[in-house]
Amino acid sequence: MLLSLDAATVRFGGRAVLDAVDLDVAEHEVVCVLGPSGSGKSTLLRAVAGLQPLSGGRILLDGRDRTGVPAHKRGVGLMFQDHQLFPQRDVGANVAFGPRVRGVGKGERDAEVAQLLELVGLPGAARRAVASLSGGEQQRVALARALAPRPRLLMLDEPLGQLDRSLRERLVVELREMFGRLGTTVLAVTHDQGEAFALADRVVVMRDGRIAQTGTPLEVWQRPADAFVARFLGFDNVAEATVAGTAADSPWGKLPVPEGSPQGARSVLVRPAGVRLVAADAGLPCTVTARTFKGTHVAVHLRPGDGQPRLEAACGLREAPEVGDAVGVEFDAAEIVVLD
Amino acid sequence: MTRLGLMALPVAFFALFFAWPVAAIVTRGLKVDGAWQLGRIADVVTQPDIRHVLWFTTWQALASTALTLLLALPAAYVFARLDFPGKQVLRAVVTVPFVLPTVVAGSAFLALVGHGGLLDDLWGVRLDTTVWAILLAHVFFNYAVVVRTVGGLWAQLDPRQEEAARMLGASPLGAWRRVTLPALAPAVAAAALMVFLFTFTSFGVVQILGGPTFSTLEVEIYRQTSEVFDLSTAAVLTLLQFAAVGAILAVHAWTVRRRETALRLVDPAVTVRRPRGSGQWALLAGVLVTVALLLVLPLAVLVQRSLDAPGFGYYRALTSSDGGTFLVAPVHAVWTSLQYALAATAIAVVIGALAAAALARRDAGRLVRSFDALLMLPLGVSAVTVGFGFLIALDKPPLDLRESWILVPLAQALVGAPFVVRTMLPVLRAVDGRLREAAAVLGASPWRVWREVDLPLVRRALLVAAGFAFAVSLGEFGATVFIARPDNPTLPVAVARLLGRPGDLNYGQAMALSTLLMVVCAAALLLLERLRTDRTGEF
Repeated sequence: MLLSLDAATVRFGGRAVLDAVDLDVAEHEVVCVLGPSGSGKSTLLRAVAGLQPLSGGRILLDGRDRTGVPAHKRGVGLMFQDHQLFPQRDVGANVAFGPRVRGVGKGERDAEVAQLLELVGLPGAARRAVASLSGGEQQRVALARALAPRPRLLMLDEPLGQLDRSLRERLVVELREMFGRLGTTVLAVTHDQGEAFALADRVVVMRDGRIAQTGTPLEVWQRPADAFVARFLGFDNVAEATVAGTAADSPWGKLPVPEGSPQGARSVLVRPAGVRLVAADAGLPCTVTARTFKGTHVAVHLRPGDGQPRLEAACGLREAPEVGDAVGVEFDAAEIVVLD
Repeated sequence: MTRLGLMALPVAFFALFFAWPVAAIVTRGLKVDGAWQLGRIADVVTQPDIRHVLWFTTWQALASTALTLLLALPAAYVFARLDFPGKQVLRAVVTVPFVLPTVVAGSAFLALVGHGGLLDDLWGVRLDTTVWAILLAHVFFNYAVVVRTVGGLWAQLDPRQEEAARMLGASPLGAWRRVTLPALAPAVAAAALMVFLFTFTSFGVVQILGGPTFSTLEVEIYRQTSEVFDLSTAAVLTLLQFAAVGAILAVHAWTVRRRETALRLVDPAVTVRRPRGSGQWALLAGVLVTVALLLVLPLAVLVQRSLDAPGFGYYRALTSSDGGTFLVAPVHAVWTSLQYALAATAIAVVIGALAAAALARRDAGRLVRSFDALLMLPLGVSAVTVGFGFLIALDKPPLDLRESWILVPLAQALVGAPFVVRTMLPVLRAVDGRLREAAAVLGASPWRVWREVDLPLVRRALLVAAGFAFAVSLGEFGATVFIARPDNPTLPVAVARLLGRPGDLNYGQAMALSTLLMVVCAAALLLLERLRTDRTGEF
């Protein structure tokens, strides 16, 4: 393993921000840590970088314990959330900073800077002032700067957080291609699930300083580990239910569940696609409270009877009912997941 | 480097050259035959003439502060929000008086409103026997304190806050009163306290313009020690001033903390506009007239008086030692002063920068932060006491400095160091800690981080701080007057001594020396103005 966290713990005051976290990252792997703010994901990065001392546990790089080693001797790269480019230096000097403090000669440095700027799509920008860069350009320079010392492990803290949506989507693809080409090992942190799924070979979901789930993007998306992960991924149709055989007793009534589902008191997730709208006199009676246009479909928000949690259904663009309409709801077992 | 390591030198410096001399003089005055004579305090305070001094010191400081605020607040607005040609020059002009030595200001107002002064010549009006001369000289000095402290913040207040209040239904005046004024209040309070502090402890100005009638605490301390030789009265007065200054600084520290929090600031460049409407033009004109009459005219008269002899007679007289006032030619004082000021600047920068570095650290505890306020004490505590304390405390081995030239720079550095701290601290605090982390992650060692990240960002502030320390050291009077050797006076001491002697030649030479001193200080300041980009500092 290139990076191993062994019961890594960080406490602020009495509170454990990082609570005995075990995590392995293999060489050439791109791992994305996903979690809401305050889940400890940034602290995780800072601990690996050596900027945040551990209260307990160990950090191993290449099998060697690096727990007490100061940041400048760890040999890992970190791209900061808001880039933190040095304002008084130009683009080239920012990128050359790492090689320079390591004593790389000027000629070699300049060649490397030119090559890296080419790689991140800013050829010839070396003499530009940092203040003259747009947000996307700053992000590229920060990436080049982090890559310049050729770190074994590159860490990214909310790499695309402050950029606008279209730019973010384009850059995610570029980053993914670049990491694949360079074979870089990457540990990234983000609160945006789309970014994590697009970037990562493996996703680690964090909650309150602990790892809630880890798996490939597909695994996490298809089978969220628990109600927290499901809600964090944007699923709202989650409820407590008692599962017996292929039926679950839920606040929405009896739900069909796939064969082989875990049994007993569980959380169930009904994907919006599994909420089918039928005539008002059939199935669960609901009232349409809102509809939001999602591009490929319409999300229809439904209010069942009193005491029953609200539901979200995904409808085709043409068959979506109007707000205020009374509809019936039936459920599709294929789109229902019983959570562990 | 640890916090305590950074603090060691500044703490030792202030203990040795500030606390000890002040303690020595108080002990000398209040301890007779090994017993404390605390009854002296009550005796002194109840003397009618001392009560008169206390009363005058307080009310003239209050009046000076009120007058300064009245005249300078409109200027703060004009500098903060209006854009007009020559603004940079005007800003420098306004700041020049603040770094001028007090004796220069005294001489300038003497030349304007004193016996044989410009007003006397024109209309037979003399103000030097009234309190107005002192008040106007105090405004002259402290105008810049208000303009810079209040104007600096005003320029950065987001105008959209006021616009938001307007959109919620407030009138223009109401929006200003409810949004801008409360935001400015801590800065106004901090500036007012600073002005009160400077005028409460005023020495040079009152010494020159006060005549026998008006005496502040500081002047009285000087009189008691150097003329009446009543050390115990001087010690009591020192303690009184100490208590007053401590109280003022405590309130000041509190307002500064309030000012640092909770305000969203924007780039001053986006808040300025060309003047619009007759009101704004009238305000601008009023400020220009005030600056011309109050700040520029006295200095112009000073220069004119210094040239009042044919063929630069007064200046030529400075180069000969025939006058009999000194053992050396008065012009020699220029070189003496420059050497002392350079040494004092070096000391002040080292001490002040170390203290600022320690104070700026995020993990600075309460102990270190309370040192912040202590550092300000030398600004307000009687410089006369410090000077006299040097003489009686540093006169025996292992620290016998009476014969050493370093004594004067040490005293001047004591006054200069707080300015260095005040200038450096906001800049150091503003350096984003994550920039340092970014450098560390890229492989820079802690020392390298300081050199590559901190130093380039604070280099400018360091130069500005050095400039202020230089100007302050050059003009320092209260302490220097005690410890400068008679054969080697500094410029301000030489000016005061020339003014104390009769005759046109001495008066003219004082004006000429003052002009030289003003030119040096103004040159130092203009250099600073070119360097200075950050205007959030206090001075």
